[in-house]
Formats: sequence, C-alpha cells, structure tokens
Amino acid sequence: MRAIILEQVDRLLAAQSGAAALRRLEAGEWPEELWEALEGLGLPLLLVPEELGGIGLGWADAAAVWQVIGRYAAPAPVAECMLANGLAAAAGIAPRGGFSSFGQTAPFGRFAAQLLLEPAAGRLVLHAPGTAMPGQNIAREPRDAMTPGALLAEGALPNSHGPRALRLGHALLRAALIAGAVEHALALAVDWANTRKQFGRALAKFQAIQQQLAVVASEAAAVSVAVSAAARAVDARGLEGASFEIACAKVVAGEAAQTTAATVHQVFAAIGITEDHELHHTTRRLWSWRDEGGSERAWAGEIGRNTLAPGGAALWPNITARDIS
Amino acid sequence: MRFELPSLPGGSAGLRAELRAFLAEAGRDWPPAVRARSWMGFDRDFSRELGARGWIGMVWPKAYGGHERSGLERVVVLEELLAVGAPVGAHWIGDRQSGPLILRRGTEEQRRKILPGIASGKLAFCIGLSEPEAGSDLAALRTKAERVPGGWKLNGRKIWTTNAHLSDWMIALVRTSPAPEGGSRHAGLSQLLVDLRLSGISIRPIRDLLGEESFNEVTFDDVLLPEDALLGQEGAGWAQATEELALERSGPERYLSSLPALTAGVDVLRDVPGADVAVGRLVARLNTLRGMSLSVAGMLEAGEAPAQEAALVKDAGNDFEQRLPEQIRALLEPEDMPEDLRTLLADLTQLAPTFSLRGGTREILRGIIARELGLR
Repeated sequence: MRAIILEQVDRLLAAQSGAAALRRLEAGEWPEELWEALEGLGLPLLLVPEELGGIGLGWADAAAVWQVIGRYAAPAPVAECMLANGLAAAAGIAPRGGFSSFGQTAPFGRFAAQLLLEPAAGRLVLHAPGTAMPGQNIAREPRDAMTPGALLAEGALPNSHGPRALRLGHALLRAALIAGAVEHALALAVDWANTRKQFGRALAKFQAIQQQLAVVASEAAAVSVAVSAAARAVDARGLEGASFEIACAKVVAGEAAQTTAATVHQVFAAIGITEDHELHHTTRRLWSWRDEGGSERAWAGEIGRNTLAPGGAALWPNITARDIS
Repeated sequence: MRFELPSLPGGSAGLRAELRAFLAEAGRDWPPAVRARSWMGFDRDFSRELGARGWIGMVWPKAYGGHERSGLERVVVLEELLAVGAPVGAHWIGDRQSGPLILRRGTEEQRRKILPGIASGKLAFCIGLSEPEAGSDLAALRTKAERVPGGWKLNGRKIWTTNAHLSDWMIALVRTSPAPEGGSRHAGLSQLLVDLRLSGISIRPIRDLLGEESFNEVTFDDVLLPEDALLGQEGAGWAQATEELALERSGPERYLSSLPALTAGVDVLRDVPGADVAVGRLVARLNTLRGMSLSVAGMLEAGEAPAQEAALVKDAGNDFEQRLPEQIRALLEPEDMPEDLRTLLADLTQLAPTFSLRGGTREILRGIIARELGLR
C-alpha cells in the first residue's frame, strides 16, 4: 500500500511540480489543479481511519509521503493538511473537505477551509478559518497569523499522543520534508558537478567537490533514518511516546539543512544564487523548515535536559530501552 | 544507498540485562585509561571470560565453537561492551572479521582448527594490510608470497598493525603473482593465514604519541608457510578483503569509541549553561548513528553486502566520536572536571586522530560515497 501511494505521489509531483509551479506558489497563488489531483489520490485523508472515511495508513507511511513531497519542495501544503486531518480524526473529529491548516501562525492559513488548534493539553478544536493576517517564511510560503472564526468541532486525543501533539506532529512533518529536500538538493548538486566543466574537466572529478558532497550524502542518510525511526515510534507509542525520537529527528534535520544548503550553494557557485535557477526553492525551504515545528536548539535543549537530569549511568540504558522489537 | 531500521529480536532486552549485570561487576574497577581505549584495549583474561559466556563467535555454527545466535543479538552484545569502554581488543578482530572470513572462505580444516579458538577468546587476530609504501593506496602493497615445495615463502613488511605484538595470527593481504601488464593491480593478490610464532617473523612495536606500544612493524624474512596458509582463492584476495569491509566499517565501534566521556560528562554538566543544547545535539546524533549502524547490521543479517552504506556509517560515526570529547571540553574548564573525566578526555584527545584513520581514512571513505553518488 505504501509503495503504491509513494509511487503515485512521486509521479504526480514529477508531472505537475517544478520551478514554474513553485514560483507561482511563492507569488501567492493557490495551486488549484495540483490540489485537486492530490485530493484525487486521497492524500489529505491518508492518516484518517477508514471508519471516518480516510485511507487509514500510519505515521511511518505519512512520513514517507512527506519525504517525497519534500523532494519536490512541497508545491502544495498537502503535508500540513494530512497532519491536521489526521490529528483531528485521532481526536474523533470527522474530516471536512478542502484544505485544513493548523496553529496560530498557520501554513497557507489564508487558503484554509478550517483551522485546527490545540488550546489545551490533549484537546483539539476545529475552527472556521476566520481572518488571516498575511505573513511568510523565507521560502515565501504563506505563514498567516490567524484570528479563528466559529468553533466547528472539538475532541480529545488519546493519552498516547500526550499534551502537545500538534507541536510534535509538526516537528516530525518538518523533519520529513527536510529529509526529502536534502535528497533533492544533493541530487541537483551531483548532476551539476557531473555537467559543469572547469579547468578542462567536470567538477565531479575534483576530490574537493567529491568530499563535500559525500558529507551531504551522509547527512541525507542521517535525516532519513532519524525520520523513519521517529515515525515508527509514533506508530508504536503515539506522539508523546515518540517525543525523544521526534526531537532527535528535528535536531538532525535542522543541522543537515544548513550543512546541505551551504554545501550545494558552494558547489553551484554563482548560478545557484540566481532567481532563475531552481536551487533556491529548495535551499530557502531548508532554511525555513528548520525553524518551524521547533528549532534544533529547542529540541536539543529538551533532549539535553532529559539526559542530564537522570545522570550519565542512565544515558545508554535510556536509549536502548526505546528499542522496538 | 538504502537504510532500513531492523526490529531487534525478542530476547534482546534480556540479553542486554545479562550483559549489564556482568559488566557492572567485571568493569567496576576499570580506570579511565581502560575505558578510553575501549576496543583497542587488549585483555586476554577478559576475552576468555566473554568466550566462556558465549559472547564471542555468537553467530557461528556450534560445530566451530559458535552459538548460532542472530547477528542482531551479537550487535546487542557489542553495544553493551562498547558503551562502558570494555577492553575487548584481544578478540575483537577475530570475532568481527577474521572469523567470519574463515567461516565463509576457509577450508573445513581451517575452520575446525581456528574458529573454536577465537570463539573461546583464546586466539587473537590482527590485520595485515598497510605497508610502508601502501597506505590508503593499498593495492600498491609489495609483500610477496611465492609457491615453494610444501607451501609458501613469504617476504615483505606490514606496518601500523594494531596489537600484532600481542596476537597469535595475522590475515595478511599479499601478492602471490605479479599484476598483469597493463591490467588491474587488484589481480594476483591473496589472503594468507600467518601463524605469528613462525620463524622469520619479527614484530617491532612502534611507540605511539601516547608513549605506548599499540601498533607494529611486522617483517617477514623467508617465512615458510604451510600449503594451507592460503585463505580462500588464490588471486581473489582483493575481492575477499573488500568483502570484509562491510563487516569492518559499520559496527557500533565506529561511533561509540568516546561514549564513556559523554557518560562521565553528563554527570557534571547539569548546571552548566548551554550544556542542555550541546548534550542534546550529541544525543540526537548518537541515537541516529545507532539507527544507521543497526540498519547495516540488518542488511548483513539478510545476507546483503552493503559496502557503501558501511563506509557512510563509519565516516559519520568517526566524525561524531571525534567531536564528542571536544564538545564536552567546550563546556567545562579542566579544573572544574573530576579527575576521571579529565583523564578520559586527555586520553581520548590523543586517541581521536586514529578514529578517522583506522579501517579506512576519511578521504577514502568519502571517495567511496562519492563514487556511489555517481561522482568521479
């Protein structure tokens, strides 16, 4: 099931995404046609159980889809909609049509049909979108300050998701998107290094270039593994039960985002800085997404405090105690 | 490249508990100098004790002294030993690569003769690869074995051979026939099992920057080896040695070498400003590297040969284990450190440069990764 969906999403985005689409998105246009196609695949309902009319897949499946979306620099906010609908459904709120966003500073909030908020621990409320004060991140993705409208529905999350499910889910979502964006940035740079010639040979022939891109490959693998581990932990233990793995994923993703962006820009040199080149759609998202859903500083602080409190003897046992067999 | 997290076998929590109970007792008095050396530390008594408990050669057939456990159970044991910096060097090479190589490529007689000795912790192996003129460019090696009546005559020199002076056997990569004119230098190489007690072998320890004797120069002067010294196929040495690399490069020893410093550091960093974020970053990397290393272990268990993934784990792991002592040091002044931590850091600081040299340099590993990416 997962493999089929991943292939469908990949094929759809390969056909309907690209620099032109991203440019329109960043100019403030809603990607209507692509959105309809994504709805056609049922993506907004991927995390919604079948009894509520969804596809009923798990978090590991969702994270894998998010990673594919990240590879295409997220040409529509469908990952965000998956998270909002999935969490709402977990709280017993049946999904509604259209784009669902979440949070006070809502991704693409101006386009939302409904807005999911977590006003108190473990309690989720769904509002009419109300009014949106436009804002954007450095990738020029809309991040709008919301004044929610009428209350549409409310519900309580199961205990396993804990008191800050939206924040944890958002962190996992950003980490997964970063995993895909890092892969894409690397692929672009490898392609460029094999094509561009200087001093009579391809950049790829220079050991200095090889060594730098090898580091990016290593970071790509690290984020991908960290995201898989986190998503698998959510499936096993709920969001709060996976808070350590999610925190790890967001820290590693945030660190990888900067290493990747800096390195690929170095490899591309001046052409990569131009508006015309597609690279910046991915690198500006890397720089934006690492700050969203909690920065690596925020999540590392949490991991660190939880490590320091019980002392050194508990460090390794606490890591291995989380193994999923 | 592909990384997929395996599930650990059901009994692994119990196995971990067994190890911890044993190590709490056995390791009670290990000073920081022992914990800092970890799998470079050579302690035959300790290895024999582990052998007696069935924690060496765990995955090998019982017929050869093994215990027929799964590869992932073996990783549980390795992780627990390394997490406390146990001195496992006397059996590490035999258990990790020499034994598996003999099991896969050796004759029945070689297996019966050698494997039980490794599994019981009695036989120590070293790896004869580097030579004075062949470091990262390993195929430039010159040590030569010629066929003579009844066996082989070995001449040449190996260098930087860790613990050769303490080991019983070496598996050496040597030239057994000249490289074909204009052909690959990888042709004509073979692996030989060398009993280090034979005459004509001289082992000269090389003092290292810590003032210790941990690696050696090993000279072979007309050493007569028996016919059955040949391991595997004559001329296939390069391929066989490459096959070992996935085993050699992806294990937990590639990211856990300096963990004892983090364990000790955590105890004194609680109230240090900024320590939470710094420690959190390290732990996030630690947990992720563990996932990467376990992924490769899962692939090996499934019979795959993930050489590129292993190179990546080693490179990323070495970076972590080299950074770790520096990060702790950045948070505390030496005079504010307990003696134990100060000694750990002093030793690890001096050992750390070897992390990205042993088993393939950073540059070689990144070259392998780059080739896998399609660069070059």
